[in-house]
Amino acid sequence: MNGTEPAIAPATPILSVNNIEVIYDHVILVLKGVSLTVPQGGITALLGANGAGKTTTLKAISNLLHAERGEVTKGSIVFEGNEVQALSPNDLVRRGCIQVMEGRHCFGHLTVEDNLMTGAFTRRDGKAAIRADLDLVYEYFPRLKVRHSSQAGYTSGGEQQMTAIGRALMSRPKMILLDEPSMGLAPQLVEEIFEIVKKLNEEQGVSFLLAEQNTNVALRFAKYGYILESGRIVLDGEASALRENEDVKEFYLGVAGEGRKSFKDVKHYKRRKRWLA
Amino acid sequence: MNLVEGIFVKPFQDMFGAPDFLIQVLWEGLVAGVLYALIALGFVLIYKSSRIFNFAQGIMVVFAALTLVGLYEKGVPALLALPLTLVVMFLLAVAIERVVLRPLVNQPDIILFMATIGITLFLIGFGEIIFGGENKVMITEQLFIPTGSFTFEPFGGFVSIEQKDLTAVIGAVLLVAGLILFLNKSKMGRAIRALGDDHQAALSVGISLSTIWVLVWFIAGVIALATGIVWGARAGVSFALEVIAFKALPVLMLGGLESVPGAIIGGLAIGILEKLFEIYWGQPLLGGNTETWFAFVFALIVLLFRPQGLFGEKIIERV
Repeated sequence: MNGTEPAIAPATPILSVNNIEVIYDHVILVLKGVSLTVPQGGITALLGANGAGKTTTLKAISNLLHAERGEVTKGSIVFEGNEVQALSPNDLVRRGCIQVMEGRHCFGHLTVEDNLMTGAFTRRDGKAAIRADLDLVYEYFPRLKVRHSSQAGYTSGGEQQMTAIGRALMSRPKMILLDEPSMGLAPQLVEEIFEIVKKLNEEQGVSFLLAEQNTNVALRFAKYGYILESGRIVLDGEASALRENEDVKEFYLGVAGEGRKSFKDVKHYKRRKRWLA
Repeated sequence: MNLVEGIFVKPFQDMFGAPDFLIQVLWEGLVAGVLYALIALGFVLIYKSSRIFNFAQGIMVVFAALTLVGLYEKGVPALLALPLTLVVMFLLAVAIERVVLRPLVNQPDIILFMATIGITLFLIGFGEIIFGGENKVMITEQLFIPTGSFTFEPFGGFVSIEQKDLTAVIGAVLLVAGLILFLNKSKMGRAIRALGDDHQAALSVGISLSTIWVLVWFIAGVIALATGIVWGARAGVSFALEVIAFKALPVLMLGGLESVPGAIIGGLAIGILEKLFEIYWGQPLLGGNTETWFAFVFALIVLLFRPQGLFGEKIIERV
């Protein structure tokens, strides 16, 4: 796209999705051949509007699609060198790939601490190690420590998002599929959450695939980005390059190049968009 | 005037006139209530973790009791038959998960409900083929359950408490306490509660549905066995036992389908209230036999005012 070819991709990516197609209920074609890779230790953003297929892509990777009567009909998903389409979500979590779902999905009647502890379900390495990781999660999210005995259903949206990320961390993941962490949160809180994601990435070496509508924030924290539109990747590149891309600026960042637009430009916009798709 | 007096005055005069008899009635009601509570608990656990209304809970009680007695009749020592029955209930749980639940995952609730009716019919037939359909006597003595009775004389009256009822109540209390401890303190218990709260999220953190389902159906089987022993000791083991499961329905309406404390308190309340009603109102005013319908009418009246049941899980909603 923009001169700088992906220089970041190391020899083996932790995750590569190759041309997958997803069909819901045997009839609804949602993904029409999506390919992407996440490098070892990278933060990769998956951007796009509502209904573009971001969540479906993530759920196809984590194998949660089956619970919604969706299935991957073509292509392959490779995590750490092994094809993983046939694994159960449980197996995948055990191998180190876990999803934080859109809308937090905390266990409302469980306390924050119990929520975190459910994340350790697949672990077999003993209570002491789990306890140590719980303390680590509290270190990253001090607010959860304060709230550890409240029912998660009664905590704030930000706290629930932190609980959901913390819960995923408790499984000792190598990679987190993070779906729309900014949803419904105040800008300041979004910033805070993304800072923590960055810290986790740098200090714990967790790779992230990040689905976001908030293109602006996502491209500031991610290293590489893919833009998804109606089930297809229409654009990809390094985050810095994408931020400078005229189309991305116009369609996703809401920065207009040349002042007010006339109706003529709108038509032009649509034509360009169609061409991209 | 007589009727008003019969409803509002005389029963209470009777109660306080003969407190020893009142204590006896309350005790009998409590024992029945403990059994209702146990059966309701089986329903609640399965419903909480899989949203399945398990029609087969009643027949599981019969099947467990039948297996225990049947094994004994086939020559297995009683104290060995008990753990063997537990093994059978575990295998049953595994089989149900493999054959019924797993293929039907993500199907509408009504289909799973129908499947449990299928399980009911299967267990009736299977039990009959293996152990025969005739009534059996529970092996109470062989399991070292005391059969005598205590008597004591409060207020100059006379109260008799059967030791096997007392054993049943103590056993049930221990079972329930153990279960509550398990649900709240253990990793698996936490996973069961998590699954009850949010299915998708439970899947996403790697909680294995099959493991939890086998576990929950096995616990329901253990509860069924306990219920079967106690009820069988009072009334013999026969397929007619199955109908006591329907007594759990008003308990569930009262207690809420998802609440463990609700099932316990609801069961006790129904057991005691229906006994009291039968003795002090039913027999003098309605010619008796009110126990068959009282619980349902009572539940209906409660539902008019509290549709989520008395202890239905509060839906946490943030605005």
